[in-house]
Amino acid sequence: MIWSPHTPTISIGITFVSTLLIDAPSAAKKPETRPKRTRDGSGLRRYLIIRLLLIVPTIFILTTLVFMLMRVTGDPITAALGGRLTADQLQERIHAAGFDRPIIVQYFEYIGQIFTGNFGTTLSDNRPVLEVLTTYGAATLELAFYALVIAFIIGIPFGMLAAYFRDKAPDAFLRVVAILFYATPVFFAGMVLKLIFSVWLKWLPVSGRGTTTTELEMQLLKGKTGIYLIDALRIGDGAILADVLAHALLPGLALGLLTAGIFLRLVRTNVIGTLSMDYVDAARSRGVKEFRLVRVHAYRPALIPIITVIGMQIALLLGGAVLTESTFEWKGLGYQLTQYLQARDFVAVQGIVVLLAVIVAVTNFIVDVVAALIDPRVRY
Amino acid sequence: MSDVLSIRDLNISFATDHGAVKAVTGLSISVGRGEVLAIVGESGSGKTVTAKAILGLLPETATSSGSISLRNRDGSSANDIVRVDKSKLRTIRGKDVAMVFQEPSTALNPVFKIGWQIIEGLRAHDPRLNIKAARTKAIEILDKVGLPEPEIRVDYYPHQLSGGQKQRVVIAMALVQNPGLIVADEPTTALDVTVQAEILDLLRRCRDEFGASIVLITHNMGVVADLADRVAVMYRGEVVEETDVHSLFHNPVHEYTKKLLAAVPRIGAWVDATNERTAPGDSLASEQAPVVQASNLRIAYPGRMGRPGFVAVDGVDLSIQPGEVVGLVGESGSGKTTIGRAIAGLTKVSGGSLKVLGEEMNGMKERNFKKFRSQIGFVFQDPASSFNPLLTIEQCVAEPLWIHRKELGEGAIRAKVRELLESVQLPHSYGERFPHELSGGQRQRASLARSLALDPQLLIADEPTSALDVSVQARVLELFAELQAELKFAALFISHDLAVVDILSDRIGVLYRGKLVEEGTGAEVLGDPRDPYTRRLLASLPVPDPETQKERRGALAQLRAAELLAQPA
Repeated sequence: MIWSPHTPTISIGITFVSTLLIDAPSAAKKPETRPKRTRDGSGLRRYLIIRLLLIVPTIFILTTLVFMLMRVTGDPITAALGGRLTADQLQERIHAAGFDRPIIVQYFEYIGQIFTGNFGTTLSDNRPVLEVLTTYGAATLELAFYALVIAFIIGIPFGMLAAYFRDKAPDAFLRVVAILFYATPVFFAGMVLKLIFSVWLKWLPVSGRGTTTTELEMQLLKGKTGIYLIDALRIGDGAILADVLAHALLPGLALGLLTAGIFLRLVRTNVIGTLSMDYVDAARSRGVKEFRLVRVHAYRPALIPIITVIGMQIALLLGGAVLTESTFEWKGLGYQLTQYLQARDFVAVQGIVVLLAVIVAVTNFIVDVVAALIDPRVRY
Repeated sequence: MSDVLSIRDLNISFATDHGAVKAVTGLSISVGRGEVLAIVGESGSGKTVTAKAILGLLPETATSSGSISLRNRDGSSANDIVRVDKSKLRTIRGKDVAMVFQEPSTALNPVFKIGWQIIEGLRAHDPRLNIKAARTKAIEILDKVGLPEPEIRVDYYPHQLSGGQKQRVVIAMALVQNPGLIVADEPTTALDVTVQAEILDLLRRCRDEFGASIVLITHNMGVVADLADRVAVMYRGEVVEETDVHSLFHNPVHEYTKKLLAAVPRIGAWVDATNERTAPGDSLASEQAPVVQASNLRIAYPGRMGRPGFVAVDGVDLSIQPGEVVGLVGESGSGKTTIGRAIAGLTKVSGGSLKVLGEEMNGMKERNFKKFRSQIGFVFQDPASSFNPLLTIEQCVAEPLWIHRKELGEGAIRAKVRELLESVQLPHSYGERFPHELSGGQRQRASLARSLALDPQLLIADEPTSALDVSVQARVLELFAELQAELKFAALFISHDLAVVDILSDRIGVLYRGKLVEEGTGAEVLGDPRDPYTRRLLASLPVPDPETQKERRGALAQLRAAELLAQPA
């Protein structure tokens, strides 16, 4: 089992830093005491433009941080090849790669390269980092998508249900289920799912993103996206699509159930909070049906804090994907990250971590936009 | 005659961890067609529970017995709310009985347009009603409750409306189904006095034009005098007196009613008391430098992300002499709290000059101000949230002493705390209790003790009694006056309630939209107001006497009409 304890931590750190810079809306917002003046749409536009511009310094700081942390531990050549080459040979290679220059020079060079879209070449297998990112990034994105779909389908309705049945048997049951979901380490859940559905029942494949035939078809496809679901749809072969989905089901479930557990608790708590508001009683006094009160009147205002947490959760999904990908040999960024970490390929690791940082920063921006669209107090 | 609402022998109790708690016992009241019945009482008297019971809105922990018989508009059928099933209850709510809530900003869902919320109620009773017809109906009702430009505002979100407009929308929602009965739970408590008068007028129209009966829940005797036909006084879950509004104010029978009426602060009633106090400008005050001296004070809150800021206080001149109590009145958003916070160094001054204890606050660094903090006491509005719930009352009161007078040592501090609690008439055994174990009035007295712990020269009291019941408020105000006379601290007393300010203050300042529009002694400001806003404020205040209030209502209407004429078109 390949498992690096670092990646989730990095991801949390990224979320933290970007939260500091682009402060998450609503969650910490003070209640409005004074009605705001009516504004036209320009208020929202301005707000979004500022949020968008803030992404740049966020990414810049995170990139700097990643670069510096990597270099603190020494140069990449020694890290990757130390002990296997003589001191002279090492020095020669370090010099050739330019790692013996002052760190600040290397830093500016690196920043310059990133701006031109050049992330360097991996040390261990000599591939352009950009190619690694696009190939495996697509796989990770696909997995995160499946997981999110499952998390939304399970977490949100059942969270509402738990709030509706607050402190009664269905609620107690759902809460226990939620705890089981998110307290079970994702690799363990993955192994149990594999054991039951793949080994015992033999319903689903054990690992990978497709059978060899599927993989071959995917490689041959022109203009492939790397996202198998889309590619399979484009090939238009039902068997291949079924195969892709069968392979995605278990990893998606393992990662999705974990997130679903968190969503469930999150939705439940926030909906219970808004259910006690006067406006729910007010709607009830107008004759609105009980479940509609939960589904519409309590859920919609509760969404605002929920969205913020969901955004951070997406960041954690990418970190969590490392374990899932390893468990199911899903060849994504996380799986690849562990490979490169083992090979001590700092250039590759650096590239992957920076990409994760970018994704988190952009996710945060999207979350802000969604939150603004839901909350009319931000919109106007 | 058939009453719209007839409650017989209603008992309500709540299941708690400590067994059942009775909230309402043996309540029997009835409301006739087109009648306004006021239910008055203090917090915990069971009036809100009764109101919610009429709509069947009690939580599941409540058990009720007796009967609540509610007739529909045309009197053709009656239902017993205590016994009907859930689906029947849903058809009654909104159609036969509607509710108006205390806080309009929480009674409207912030993420839905107001029109949507009205239409939803209509369609809940008539799913086949098409949206267009429902929308027309919504606009119509918004127009009827006096919301300007209803065809535009129907698409507004609640936060785009002012507090008074929001309450109009809430009332529109109640009226739209033309129910026979409206239950209004403290409908004006969260509103400013001038807005309150408008909403009371609207509720009167609900009765006169729409023919609705109203159950009015309130603690404000002025509101009762203004609107009610009959009054039921509740005390500890029981109706102790039920009579018509005139008899209530002129011949109260029950002891509790008498006590309640006596505790209501009335403007001018304390004139003699205030005259006895040292008038400002006498020898003692004028020789010393003022404790607070503001000239052309301006305070602005910065806007978020490049938006223009909000000017809360604009060009205010104000001074407080040593030992003087200055009252500051104004409606919400007038800047009164901001001034108090600026004097206490809690908000930055952005322009002009503010001298506190001789120090210029404009540009003051927090570090330099720290030593003056001990000279300034602060009493917050809500005693429930101004205490750390994890500390005992004794620890809370001792905290300023531990910070500023650590050298006294534990023994002396304990003794001082005991003395302080005694001075606010709290038994010292209360010191070991936690804030939640005290009543609101007791907590506010503890808060007063805490603010006086360091023998401050200046005390800032920001709405210290607005969260309290009238009788409790009277006690706290009395205590405040006694302590002030004894300790001779200067005080800034901030309140929205003219009568309360009148009781305590040597001088009164009236704030309106960040500007000080009027200043002077109580007799000057309240006896002979010159500024139109002060006049309207005074005229809007409902007095606890139905006859006088009726006259005043006429006077207010004239004043409003005159103001309207005076405005340039």
